[in-house]
Amino acid sequence: MTLSKQKIITIVTETRLESALCEDIEKLGGHGYTITDARGKGHRGVRDAVWAANANIRIEVVCEPEVAKNITEHLKKHYFDNYAMILFTGDVQVLRPDKF
Amino acid sequence: MNTIDPVILFFIFGAIAGMLRAELRLPRQVYEFVTILLLLTIGLKGGIELAKQPFSTLLPQIAVVVAIGGFILPLIIFPILRYLGRFKRADAASISAHYGSVSVGTFAVVLAYVSSLSVPFEEYMALFVVLLEIPAILVGIILARGVNKETKWGKVAQEVLLGRGITLLIGGLLIGWIAGADGLTSIKPMFFDLFNGILALFLLEMGLITATQLSTLKKHGPFLIVFGVVMPVFLALIGTLMGWSLGLSVGGTAILATLIASASYIAVPAAMRISVPEANPTLSLTASLGITFPFNILVGVPMYYTFAEKAHILFGG
Repeated sequence: MTLSKQKIITIVTETRLESALCEDIEKLGGHGYTITDARGKGHRGVRDAVWAANANIRIEVVCEPEVAKNITEHLKKHYFDNYAMILFTGDVQVLRPDKF
Repeated sequence: MNTIDPVILFFIFGAIAGMLRAELRLPRQVYEFVTILLLLTIGLKGGIELAKQPFSTLLPQIAVVVAIGGFILPLIIFPILRYLGRFKRADAASISAHYGSVSVGTFAVVLAYVSSLSVPFEEYMALFVVLLEIPAILVGIILARGVNKETKWGKVAQEVLLGRGITLLIGGLLIGWIAGADGLTSIKPMFFDLFNGILALFLLEMGLITATQLSTLKKHGPFLIVFGVVMPVFLALIGTLMGWSLGLSVGGTAILATLIASASYIAVPAAMRISVPEANPTLSLTASLGITFPFNILVGVPMYYTFAEKAHILFGG
């Protein structure tokens, strides 16, 4: 069994950005993503997801390192200043690299 | 009406429970269901009456209400915020859009209030909710950044026109308009008979949400508090004059005044977040949801009804 290296990007941000971000991710070469509802606390205070205005989502994308770089830079440029958003990346190993 | 309407007591209960940090929240899906029911019911009621109105009486009313309520008022509010309140351009524009637009929750409360008084009113007013939601958003975006090529108008239009509020209201209006009162008898128990109960649950949750906004109040200084109370009264006075000059009944005038006085807290925040992201959403939400919404439903609605009565006595009609 051989495992191949990929990157995972995790984005935690405002629910309202969901459709815009999904579009961006696909445009930048991400082949898929997983979205879950999220709750938590950060420097913008408690985001408890009780209603749309302070609900969060967590988007995960597994992709090639190059795509990960593009997505990260794009989000930094377009969203970091004005939206509640955190982003981190990590190394992952996958069984079927062609899926990503 | 001497006693407080029970639906208002639910709001107060929610607000107190929220301030005490009680373990209480309507489950999100329940809140959404309740909202959907309210929007559909308001649409259906409006649609039934709309079918009975000749277009020729509606058209001038629509023109006046949209021109003044939707376009002119946000333009009056903006300089007050910009120069008197010293807000940043984006923030002033965003708050103007919130106050130029309307709140369905407040509309539901005034509807329940006027109905409880058993006075006649123009039941097609739901149409104005739909019409008044949108123009102020456009004005707000243009105030914030001018006619800018970067504004993704397509996205904004989709966010606003296909947002849950407008979609359900228009759907309800059309269904009510097509089916008519007789056609709707089979679904009447679910939508019309339960209206006040559903509204009570909705206001319970709104009380809880409002309480969470109160914590941000202290940070934003006295101007926002004064603005959140004075602005709706000023807007209601204009709304009263509009209602009276359009020949609406006392009930209808009170409803229009309340609608004009109300500030959006769902559709506009969503649209502004997408189109004017540099505006601080906490400022506008604190004002519209933390101050103006509770003020309107606790004090405003009965006060605006008195305005409407006075106007009709003073000016006749």
